[in-house]
Amino acid sequence: MNLFADAIRWIMDPAHWTGANGIPNRVAEHLGYTALTVVIAALIAVSLGLYIGHTGRFRGLVVGVTGALRALPTLGLLVYLAVLFGGGISFALVPTIIVLVVLAIPPLLAGAYSGVESVDGRTVDAARSMGMTEWQILWKVEVPLALPLSLGGIRSAVLQVVATATVAAYISLGGLGRYIIDALPLRNYTEVLVGALLVTILALVLDGILVVCQRLTVPAGVRAIRKSPEQRSTTKSARTVSASA
Amino acid sequence: MTWVFANFEQIWSLTVAHVLLSIAPIICGFVIAVPIGWFAYRFRVSRGVVLTVCGLLYTIPSLALIVAMPTLLGTKILNPLNLIVTLTIYAIALMVRTATDAFEAVSRDVISSSTAVGFGAWRRFWQVELPLAGPVLLAGLRVVSTSTVSLVTLGALVGMSGLGYLFTDGYQRNFPTEILTGIVGTVLIAVVFDVLLVLLGRVLLPWARVDEAARRGAGSVTVKAATA
Repeated sequence: MNLFADAIRWIMDPAHWTGANGIPNRVAEHLGYTALTVVIAALIAVSLGLYIGHTGRFRGLVVGVTGALRALPTLGLLVYLAVLFGGGISFALVPTIIVLVVLAIPPLLAGAYSGVESVDGRTVDAARSMGMTEWQILWKVEVPLALPLSLGGIRSAVLQVVATATVAAYISLGGLGRYIIDALPLRNYTEVLVGALLVTILALVLDGILVVCQRLTVPAGVRAIRKSPEQRSTTKSARTVSASA
Repeated sequence: MTWVFANFEQIWSLTVAHVLLSIAPIICGFVIAVPIGWFAYRFRVSRGVVLTVCGLLYTIPSLALIVAMPTLLGTKILNPLNLIVTLTIYAIALMVRTATDAFEAVSRDVISSSTAVGFGAWRRFWQVELPLAGPVLLAGLRVVSTSTVSLVTLGALVGMSGLGYLFTDGYQRNFPTEILTGIVGTVLIAVVFDVLLVLLGRVLLPWARVDEAARRGAGSVTVKAATA
């Protein structure tokens, strides 16, 4: 437990709060990779997820592919791409972002399509019978109702990316993983623990922020009828998917 | 390919080490998570707390947990126990929620009927609730198995054996074939584990294929697994 006290003291030391290896800079790098990854992955996965959810096509394929991606070892893919691309430090960002995007796509995709899928078929039929076009149904009915579930997908994607971005330090990129990867061969376990603690804190803070976002995005109409029995099953599945993060 | 054949002995021993490191967390995680999941399902008060704690556990980055483990356990950094305990925690975090959902999915009428014909709580659990929750539990276990096999490779960063060694070694030597061998090997182990679990399910849970409701439950678990 003494090591914990040392690690806390290390974090509190003002000397570690400035410069390239300072905590603010490392956190900023870490958040930068995460943001870039999630934006790219969301562009791909959410549009695909909305399409699959709306049309119901390729559903089985997606479940299979996302399951298979889970087996792919991140570290292996990362170093494989790093060696293939070559180019050293200046080029390390490309393999890292590719690997993190691959990692972020399954939860984003699942969140988006299961969100659209969870929308009551009668609601969609009602919208169609009122003369809404397919685009209007998608944007005015399905997307708002799917939002809490989709955000659940974003939440798990962000958490996985934050956690895994640590590994990027292994191929000489910055971020909070630097503390862990640099200190391990030196047997400086205080600094290793510092890295571990900071990543965990960052993940918890981001998770907290996203939980609040998720609560806020429940459409007002859904909140009002949450108590009705049919609706309860949908909201329950929404909770299970999001909380499984 | 020539490299693979030339180094087959080393690759095989790393594979064996990988399999051994994977099995313990999968089994321990399952055995610990099922009772916790049952308690979370049975006692509403504990439910929120248990599920939140599991969610938080999953938030901790795996590499962070592996390197922090020696401090928490008082073990040496190279002790395989660090990796096993870390991955068991991960398996529990993933499995408890599925287990809760699995027990939840068991029909209330069936439970009432079993009570009516005189089953006590103990017998009801073993002979009614657990078998009927089986298919969903199996779906969750498959997810745990796949993710554990893949996570074992991270152990290489702290000097642990297993196929992850091919990643760190191949990276240092700038040798893509070695890394690719490690990736393929890891995926193969995951696939073999998955097939074994499916076969085990066929043998132990013959009613799973008949029970339509259970199958629907398993489907929703796959969706959740993908989001997890």
